[in-house]
Amino acid sequence: MAGKVEAPVLGGKIEIPKVQYGASKDQRVIPAKPDLMQKLNFPSERPPDWRERFLEKMAEVIKKYRSVRLFLDICVRCGACTDKCHFFIGTGDPRNMPVYRQEMMRSVYRRYFTTGGKLFRKLAGAEDLTEQMLEQWATYYYQCSGCRRCSVFCPYGIDTAEITYAAREIMDSIGIGSKYTLEIINKAETIGNNLGLTEPALRNTLDFVEEEIKENTGADVKLPLNVEGADILLVTPSADFFATPHIESLTGYAKVFHQAGVSWTLSSYASEAANFGLFVGNYAHMKAINKRIWDMARQLKVKRVIIGECGHAWRVLYSFSNTLNGPFDFLDSRYKVPQHICEFTLDLAKKRAFKFDKSANDNFTVTFHDSCNVARGSRMGDTPGDQFTMPRELINLTCNKFFDMPEGTIKEKTFCCGAGGGLLTDELIDLRLKAAVTRMQAYKDVKEKHNVNFLALICAICKAQFTKILPYYKYDMEEVGGVHQLISNAIVLGAKEGV
Amino acid sequence: MPTIECDGKTYDVDEEGYLQDWQIWSEAVAGYMAKQDGLELSEAHWEVIRFLRDYFQKYQIAPMIKILVKEIAKTMGTEKGNTKYLYELYPAGPAKQACRYAGLPKPTGCV
Repeated sequence: MAGKVEAPVLGGKIEIPKVQYGASKDQRVIPAKPDLMQKLNFPSERPPDWRERFLEKMAEVIKKYRSVRLFLDICVRCGACTDKCHFFIGTGDPRNMPVYRQEMMRSVYRRYFTTGGKLFRKLAGAEDLTEQMLEQWATYYYQCSGCRRCSVFCPYGIDTAEITYAAREIMDSIGIGSKYTLEIINKAETIGNNLGLTEPALRNTLDFVEEEIKENTGADVKLPLNVEGADILLVTPSADFFATPHIESLTGYAKVFHQAGVSWTLSSYASEAANFGLFVGNYAHMKAINKRIWDMARQLKVKRVIIGECGHAWRVLYSFSNTLNGPFDFLDSRYKVPQHICEFTLDLAKKRAFKFDKSANDNFTVTFHDSCNVARGSRMGDTPGDQFTMPRELINLTCNKFFDMPEGTIKEKTFCCGAGGGLLTDELIDLRLKAAVTRMQAYKDVKEKHNVNFLALICAICKAQFTKILPYYKYDMEEVGGVHQLISNAIVLGAKEGV
Repeated sequence: MPTIECDGKTYDVDEEGYLQDWQIWSEAVAGYMAKQDGLELSEAHWEVIRFLRDYFQKYQIAPMIKILVKEIAKTMGTEKGNTKYLYELYPAGPAKQACRYAGLPKPTGCV
């Protein structure tokens, strides 16, 4: 298969590289095949009149998403964003500077949608829509994880993620798609989850987890499936039913619900929290995937919907679900709708519903990586910034040793794991390793200062990415895990502190 | 469509080298793929491959890694029942590399 890839060497600090044109031009996603494109209502391949169709779609997109048009208009090229993207820092390729990434769309926009660009072409920064331009779009709009770090530093708040997702939507509309992302959308819409896990397989997996908990703790903790009339519907990324360490967080959620004494259920129909429709800027697919959760909440007659550890799922449910499928107005309004699992657990922990044995995590010195879509795309709790404090509070309730990575690499300025937004795919492994260099540098810093040996996460993509890349950086993959994994270790079943 | 040739037969594979049809797999396919990666298949490797195929037949999907770990512990001893051992066998990851050798489709999603 691919040649040997290696992780960049970690120096002492995050360094801004020298510009190298075309340094990552060969990092491309595998294109989706014609039959897959067709299944998702896209053209099976690029039509001869692709330019016209491209520009038609672009006109539609900038009309529909006024933010995109605004972002295309207002950039003043101040350069504040240039050194803020880990894809640039990791690769040195200037096309990965946010402003230059945006420029691919902006120059086409100027050429075909502004008077100055139509008249003065290059003088007005306008570019023709050529094969070469399309080539650049197909490459570099798949080297952005949509993490929005650059937007924090932009004085105008320009959100490159919006532009990236719009660009992918335009490309899909002329038959150019990513196999990885579109295959997942297809599985989520037809089977109910990104993995393609069938109901019998899911039940088998849940039985296995129940047995494991019984073996390890002696407690009869259940993981119910498709139970009508349960109070809570838990929707979590399907990776939680498959991968390691994800499964440890699922175990954690189950123990928390058990200990809280609430009735809850999973659903085989809505067995996926993730919504890759977001990553390709496609409203119809995002809506179709989200609708499964909405429908199932209604059908199972639950009172509450709780979302597991998945960054962008939380963003979609928190920020877009109302617009996509209407409000969850049939749920119990006394509770947050929807609710993040961290909110649920922390709320009850503060009411002393759980007893935690922190010593169970004494072999870990923990740090926390803020996931981009939670940090910058949504919120938790009641006050601004709770999305940063709540997971840390949970860690501190369940672990004795916690240290944050350096300022400027966490909270609203967190770096992305390097594989979000549809980039968690094997063909991009070299890019993923490079894009993670900033996070790895920050991790190395706390390892050296405080002997940190556990990177706690609340996102399935982050978990998969770090599990994969840590060994390349010569760290143990078992240093990666979920916040609810730590809770799972520390929660004492059968015991309560107060209430 | 890319293909691989082994055992005197031609097999269709996808861009990443996974068999297009899991049912037309033969042991020679696994052996061939391993050789391409510079691996020699031991009895332990075969144990994983057989288990994956059995599970897939039943559930149309590969098992969760922990289920695989437990199975290995059962058949090969508890000292081998851990994720690390599976990664020793399949350095590119038990889910993906072992699935490929077993002729199964690549697991998709946030894994």
